[in-house]
Amino acid sequence: MNLSDFVIVWQQYPAIWAGFVNTVTLLLLAGSASLVLGIVLTPMLMSKRPVIYRSIGFYCECMRCVPFLLLVYLIYFGLPSFGIQLSNWVTGFIALIIYNSAYMAIILRAAWQDIPQETVEAGKAFGLHGNRLLKRIIMPLILMRATPMIGNQMTQILKDSAFLGIIAVSELTAVMNAIQATHFIPFASFLSAVVLYWLICLVIEFFTLIFTRYAEVRRA
Amino acid sequence: MKDPIEVPNNNAFKVLQVQGISKSFGSNQVLRDVSLDLNKGEVLCLLGPSGCGKSTLLRCINWLETPDAGSIRLNSKRFGIHKGGAKMGDSDLARMRAKIGMVFQHFALWPHLSVIGNIVESPIHVQKHNKKEVHKEALALLAKVGLQDKADMYPASLSGGQKQRVGIARALAMKPDILLFDEPTSALDPMLVGEVLEVMRGLADEGATMVVVTHEMEFARQVASRIILMDSGEVVETGHPAQFFSAPQTVKAQQFLTRYHQRG
Repeated sequence: MNLSDFVIVWQQYPAIWAGFVNTVTLLLLAGSASLVLGIVLTPMLMSKRPVIYRSIGFYCECMRCVPFLLLVYLIYFGLPSFGIQLSNWVTGFIALIIYNSAYMAIILRAAWQDIPQETVEAGKAFGLHGNRLLKRIIMPLILMRATPMIGNQMTQILKDSAFLGIIAVSELTAVMNAIQATHFIPFASFLSAVVLYWLICLVIEFFTLIFTRYAEVRRA
Repeated sequence: MKDPIEVPNNNAFKVLQVQGISKSFGSNQVLRDVSLDLNKGEVLCLLGPSGCGKSTLLRCINWLETPDAGSIRLNSKRFGIHKGGAKMGDSDLARMRAKIGMVFQHFALWPHLSVIGNIVESPIHVQKHNKKEVHKEALALLAKVGLQDKADMYPASLSGGQKQRVGIARALAMKPDILLFDEPTSALDPMLVGEVLEVMRGLADEGATMVVVTHEMEFARQVASRIILMDSGEVVETGHPAQFFSAPQTVKAQQFLTRYHQRG
């Protein structure tokens, strides 16, 4: 291994850039979709009806116990046998969402169980109920509490996306893998990938910090 | 029989009628057959040792706890149960609760909303009043509790006394028929109790109808139109403050006052 290996790697910058953009796109879209779906699933996890909280709880439990790689395989090979044909990118995107929505829901449920009961009760006492109570009081309180954990889950989504190379989604890891296979420079390729992932993580952490500061003022 | 002229017991004047309320948590009976009523403009102080059921009674009044037996009427309208006997759904309960202002022991402000946001929340999102007017009224209420300069702060940055004054302004903003205070000064630094009591005294002077659960005897003596002493979930004594504090009728009331005086 020497410095010229890195030069060879970075001479492929158009491909690297494309992979980088693809990874960031997957992160942004799957991250926000997972958060939104998590917000929808959490009230179901906290539902009083056993059918609802058991079934959603079962789904979350399954996702928590299935390795992401296997889930990707299951979806990739499973959907066509149900007659559903999707592009590799969309398949990978869906896998990221299915997997991480469950994690988001679990994170938000934990925050829900942690909010002071009196503030929710005050909402009821002041005439809020049902969806409005959820939207105006409970969910904002939960999100303020869960900000750091949500940021952490975003880095998990970023790292999950690195598996999607196995179904030929040309994200950052897949691109670097192609480079190392062509030029026989695995170390320089993969180390470059790690540095780029690290940069994305820094950006996630930066935004998490900003949101956490915003939330700190707004929580009890 | 009392002289009927002396007692203005026409139910039309009653803001609140509590009849025969009982409530148990498991095998622990917290309220036993409690009845009381309240005329417009009256200030009722609920006294009694900790754990005697005062707070539970208050929470039953706006149906945050469902009583096991008895009835609650707000302006003659039955709370929690429809005329046919069916239980009220959440939206009907919410509509009735919006007529009751509640002030909590631990403030229970919504920390994600600014001070003014806390105050306008229910008028805008429950009562659907005009936003601009509500904001104007909210600022006036903040001025009334002496916090006009804190409108855009968040609850986390306020002192306990300030939080509780916001809590009171929040309750007033709904223009409720009745205000419930659940030990509003118990969680406060002794130094901060005065500012909250002063606001409450002002409300009483303006003719607000209030039920106050409190351990502040001096406040009860000066402000209450009536005192109710509770013990082990029962009403032990009801009386005018002058009579209650100087010549309590029951042994339990005498013991309660003796303990209070001994504590200083």
